[in-house]
Amino acid sequence: MNITVRQKAAAQRLTVVDCDIHPAFRSPKDLHPFLSERWREHMTTLGEHLRNGLSGQLPFPRMTASGMRVDAFPEQGPPGSDLGLMRRQHLDANGVEVGMLMPLSRAGMEERNLDYAAALASAVNDWQLETWVKPEPRLRAGIVVPQEDAVFAVQEIERRASNPAYVQILISPRSSDPPGHRRYWPIYEAAQRCGRPIGLHVQGYSGGHASTASGWPTYYMQEHYATSSGMQNTLASLVFEGVFERFPELKVVMIEGGFAWAPALCWRMDKHWQRMRKETPHVKRLPSEYVREHVWFTTQPIEEPDDPGHLADIIGWIGWDRLMFSTDYPHWDFDDPQHVFKFSMTEAQKAMLFRDNAKALYGLQ
Amino acid sequence: MSRQVVATARDIAPGTCKHVTVKGRDIGIFNLDGDYFALADRCPHAGGPLCKGNIVALVQSDGPGHYRLARHQEFLRCPWHGWEFDIRTGQSWCDPTSVRARQFQVTVEPGEQLVKGPYVAETFPVSLEEDYVVVEI
Repeated sequence: MNITVRQKAAAQRLTVVDCDIHPAFRSPKDLHPFLSERWREHMTTLGEHLRNGLSGQLPFPRMTASGMRVDAFPEQGPPGSDLGLMRRQHLDANGVEVGMLMPLSRAGMEERNLDYAAALASAVNDWQLETWVKPEPRLRAGIVVPQEDAVFAVQEIERRASNPAYVQILISPRSSDPPGHRRYWPIYEAAQRCGRPIGLHVQGYSGGHASTASGWPTYYMQEHYATSSGMQNTLASLVFEGVFERFPELKVVMIEGGFAWAPALCWRMDKHWQRMRKETPHVKRLPSEYVREHVWFTTQPIEEPDDPGHLADIIGWIGWDRLMFSTDYPHWDFDDPQHVFKFSMTEAQKAMLFRDNAKALYGLQ
Repeated sequence: MSRQVVATARDIAPGTCKHVTVKGRDIGIFNLDGDYFALADRCPHAGGPLCKGNIVALVQSDGPGHYRLARHQEFLRCPWHGWEFDIRTGQSWCDPTSVRARQFQVTVEPGEQLVKGPYVAETFPVSLEEDYVVVEI
């Protein structure tokens, strides 16, 4: 397939930091060089990972092209597996100065076999470096760790922490217990120690739970919506378990879960805290204060209110310094930096949202 | 405004789209059972390459459990966010009053008439026997 790439005039170009790019494997064998013989053999003979009964399947059919942009298929392999196309179609065409890799597939976060999960996570962390960051210095890796094995996770974080190519730590927001639970605290402690944010990217697969509190949705549209309600549960768990009180330097990025809900959640948590805080004396301040200090949000898939100006109000309530632009390339719900914001911003707001907030958070030059 | 010959009529099979670039604009030319339409290859929702999307039918429903397909192959579904546009009018199905894909006037004309001019046929040698798709832009 011949893919033409639309050229954008240099004058119109924004340079952006894209906080959500999904690299893919051309085939699962891409991981083989980074796995020990024991796990290569496991993968080849026992089979692929995943903890749900529909192994190798998505729980819901996803729009067109299995959740991918129809125009993002390279000549070989799935979208996101060809660096050349990613450069032409996205990094160059959209003025991406820095892009954050978000490897979700086979990263071990949902794997029940914890030894296999550790091998996968470690392999994916090597794979990001060798396949993406070394040949393309605009890209940055995340340290993927299986959150259910905190002992291994801490080792893996410490092993990678000296390398600035890894800018954050990636765990699943759909963990076996809500992510604020103490069993995950060693991971937050390690993150704080090495000065990396925790990236929580929405997940299609769960830690054993349905994607909504009342069970499995019927449609993909419901499932897609459920990511934003799920992220609210995740954030409330981090706040009320006292994670931010215990780890005052911890920074958390909520990735691809929307953000328009955040002010309403904070208003409600604050109201309840004023009435019920005796139950959680370790939560010493208004919940909204912890969120304001510790939490960042990526923009895609952005909410699209009838009056685009309402979105500007919401960003103002959250804080212009807390939103970070993301595209989700090459997935179908990609946001284009030229079109996504349908209200006017000041130059200062644009610079923060498209670039500078992410640079400050991730310590980029 | 000029008129450009962009294809022979039989170049574009019914139910398909041909991508052309006219005066620097990317355009998709569609053949709906012999009626030709031209849409800008840019989705008015978020700028996606609209004409690379699937050509689909409209799924309609009178209520839960009742579904039917209508207007086969008359809607274009954006390859990014799946917004659907009526190929005949450019109108968005879910927001018809305010979102519309840019349309261009298309006619099919016999070569006999075209060779007389004043039409521009930059890339197509025009012969008397063929019918041609002409876009006004």
